[in-house]
Amino acid sequence: MTPAAPTPLALIAELTHRCPLHCVYCSNPIELGHRADELSTEVWSRVFREAAEAGVLQVDFTGGEPLARPDIVDLVRAARATGLYVSLITSGLPLDEARLDELVQAGLDHIQLSFQGAAEESANEISGTKAHAHKLKVLDWLKRRRVALTLNFVIHRSNIDQIGEMLALGESSCAGRIEFANVQYYGWAFANRENLLPTREQLDRSVELLKRAQERLRGKIQVEFVVPDYYAKYPKACMGGWGQKLMLITPNGDALPCHAARIIPGLHFDNLKDRSLREIWEKSEAFEKFRGEEWMPEPCKSCDRRTRDFGGCRCQAFLLTGDATATDPVCSLAPQRSKVDAILDAANGPVAESLVKPDWIYRPNPA
Amino acid sequence: MSTPDLHSRPCLAVGCRLNEKGQQSRVLHMPEKALRLNGPSLEIIERCDGKRTVQEIISDLQKMYSKAEPQKVADDILGYLARLHDQRALDFISDQADRSTSAT
Repeated sequence: MTPAAPTPLALIAELTHRCPLHCVYCSNPIELGHRADELSTEVWSRVFREAAEAGVLQVDFTGGEPLARPDIVDLVRAARATGLYVSLITSGLPLDEARLDELVQAGLDHIQLSFQGAAEESANEISGTKAHAHKLKVLDWLKRRRVALTLNFVIHRSNIDQIGEMLALGESSCAGRIEFANVQYYGWAFANRENLLPTREQLDRSVELLKRAQERLRGKIQVEFVVPDYYAKYPKACMGGWGQKLMLITPNGDALPCHAARIIPGLHFDNLKDRSLREIWEKSEAFEKFRGEEWMPEPCKSCDRRTRDFGGCRCQAFLLTGDATATDPVCSLAPQRSKVDAILDAANGPVAESLVKPDWIYRPNPA
Repeated sequence: MSTPDLHSRPCLAVGCRLNEKGQQSRVLHMPEKALRLNGPSLEIIERCDGKRTVQEIISDLQKMYSKAEPQKVADDILGYLARLHDQRALDFISDQADRSTSAT
């Protein structure tokens, strides 16, 4: 018997998997969705109304590149009309000043602009596209417009030593927040993990620098960072708990409890074309599967931390152990922690030092 | 965390807004999070309109919560405003003339 579903708080709307960038750590699945299967403006608009009625407070428009949708301004307007707080998570690449004005007028609350680094050449290498120079232009346009801005730097082995320069870029912009998000190892990032995982020494240095920046910029810019959980002692509270706070909707309308859930074998996902958001949230098999504590093995079942981290991440457990019900192996108490330690040993060993020219696996742009 | 100037006028920062009246519960939307507002916190936030000064907000709330110790009400409000400022939810508009006369 699973407990009653709590109120969902946020919707992550993957409007499309199309993207002009090819980032080697993309959080999209290896099997990308196709344009022909994408939800229509009308279905998305209904989903926003149902979400607001179910108690959802905010929607994050993401992708792929959400600006690849020609109806993006209409989608912003439709979501905002229901009272939802609307964030756009974008590379900025398809933006021009006219489009930016339309988005702000439609009620866009917040833009999260992604950066692959502070230096043009290495940033372009990671995204497989010449994108960096255009992002700097977007930063300049944003200074003259009334919309909140977060800069998001995705951090990994080859840019973690540029954090000082990234901070300087953030401070010269109008951002109220800067996020330093270490890559999380799923999908494309899992495929490229040997080249992305920083060394422990790099990580310690960056955390020290970021703590000082938080102190120095208090009241001016919020500095936030997420460390790679392979280096953590306990797992992250993935998605705030399975089926507890968030619903992710894929471009074709499948409702997922998290970005990576599709990799878990045997899970069936309901589609918003067929069922209402509330019905899926409360009753669908995929959301019920790991909601609450029934599914937990030891040592999670009797662990004091189970109400804080919910046993960690189901997708990570599956990726590393082949069993989605295992304790997240990043946990120091997990029976299979040695799997993570072996990856860390490789990242910190002498072999890793010779990884001078990584052989990246780039994510393609789907049809 | 620094104490807000009593003569400054707090207003919601860009990207922060109250949800509509008539929703089940009132929240302050901020980039990447939302703050649930109960009685006094809602009274404070509704007054952060860029017109009222910190002192005026304190006086209003002291009248509304007249059974509470006035100094405690003032301290609680100053602490709350300073926290929201650190979270980039509030800006304090300072009048240049006001600041020069109130400088100590």
